[in-house]
Amino acid sequence: MIENTPLHAAHLASNAKIVAFHGWNMPLHYGSQIKEHETVRTQAGMFDVSHMTVIDILGAGGRQFLRKLITNDVDKLKHVGRALYTCLCNEHGGILDDLIVYQRSPDNYRLILNSSTRAHVLPWIHEKSAGFSTGIQERHELAMLAVQGPEAISRTLPLLTPAQADAVSTLAPFECVDVDDWFFARTGYTGEDGLEIVLPEDAITPFWNQLLDAGITPCGLAARDTLRLEAGLLLYGQDMDETTTPLHSGLSWTIAWEPHDRDFIGMTALLSQKHHGVEQKFVGLKLNEPGIMRTGQAVLVDGHPVGLITSGTYSPTLQCSIALARVSKKIGHDAHVEIRGKHLPVTVGKPRFVKHGAPI
Amino acid sequence: MKFTSTHEWVNTSETPVVIGITHHAQSLLGDLVFIELPELGKEVKTGDELGVIESVKAASDFYAPIRGTVIAINEAVKANPELVNNDAEGAGWLLKIQASHPDDLEALLDATQYEKIIAEEH
Repeated sequence: MIENTPLHAAHLASNAKIVAFHGWNMPLHYGSQIKEHETVRTQAGMFDVSHMTVIDILGAGGRQFLRKLITNDVDKLKHVGRALYTCLCNEHGGILDDLIVYQRSPDNYRLILNSSTRAHVLPWIHEKSAGFSTGIQERHELAMLAVQGPEAISRTLPLLTPAQADAVSTLAPFECVDVDDWFFARTGYTGEDGLEIVLPEDAITPFWNQLLDAGITPCGLAARDTLRLEAGLLLYGQDMDETTTPLHSGLSWTIAWEPHDRDFIGMTALLSQKHHGVEQKFVGLKLNEPGIMRTGQAVLVDGHPVGLITSGTYSPTLQCSIALARVSKKIGHDAHVEIRGKHLPVTVGKPRFVKHGAPI
Repeated sequence: MKFTSTHEWVNTSETPVVIGITHHAQSLLGDLVFIELPELGKEVKTGDELGVIESVKAASDFYAPIRGTVIAINEAVKANPELVNNDAEGAGWLLKIQASHPDDLEALLDATQYEKIIAEEH
């Protein structure tokens, strides 16, 4: 059964091309994905992200529960209103999801999870909470949108109430705040500055229309994908999944190894892998001639396959194809990718291509 | 204007005939980023691969609608593939073929037949 987000009618009114996405009707684009991408890099664009799952972990035991559940350590969140990015792993260190955890108060954490993993991740979280003094509340009645770009915050502030504007204007990156029943976080999936806003369902359409009037461009899933790939942000289910660990995915930095006795789920397995050495690494590829790299294409060195592309696309900022790939750690600066039977030369570098709107 | 079931258009009122992809095709493909066109002088049979049109989401081959020789290509679309998105049936033309068998033009679809094909796709 496919669902519509609260903004469905608004998308149709803006001429969205709608596609099915993990059980949701979502806007793929509103005319030109490249124009939407460029607008986010230079001004501000907005994304309907109501398909994502919002759950609140409540109660005195929530903090200790999260310290066990995820690879990153919420003890790092030194004050209220701070957030961190983390993996959620199984006992083998396999990645079940990636998510951001927002500390709203010492006994109130908000987790925003991928829509694609909801069916098995929610039961997992419930199961693992047994024994902790915590309650898990899924927030179905809330909707969510992201406003992203160098002008995202400046264009959004005038549309907020004075109390909201006041609070939002003091947010540093990766901070969050609740004002009345709206939740604001200075986070995103584009590599640009901006906000992710969780708000009551009935408030989202009027707010979207205000943002539209303020000149903020609606952006769809296609632009979301080219933006996140340029920024080196991973897509669960494509760049990593249960068969890969953070160590194979360029996500070692999301693991807090100390204190040793935190013993989060998967720690033992990950420590063992780290100790034995990981044979693969996660890299970025650039194709400097015409063609587009795509998921599943082989990466070769001297004619021998050394790995696979996990995500590939066209980069509007670099004006060439870019890709993320999982390859042998022995790879050097040059390789080839097999595209439609031909071996095309690529340069190998870090899995990130754009920073602050410009090529790295 | 004539058409093919693989979404090419052929302007038979000019000689050599002018060929491109239809407005419908470009809307299915989305933003185009690379266009590979054949070499001048290439001799083609109906159904031969002429080139590749690559959008952000997919690569799509396009085919010779008639027999003949490639006489001209549109350099402008190689430099600016978005011309095909903006004006697929005008400034976004791709190439010109000197038809070797004028009868081939009769076998092409007319506008009504092409519209029917698009309607059946949905």
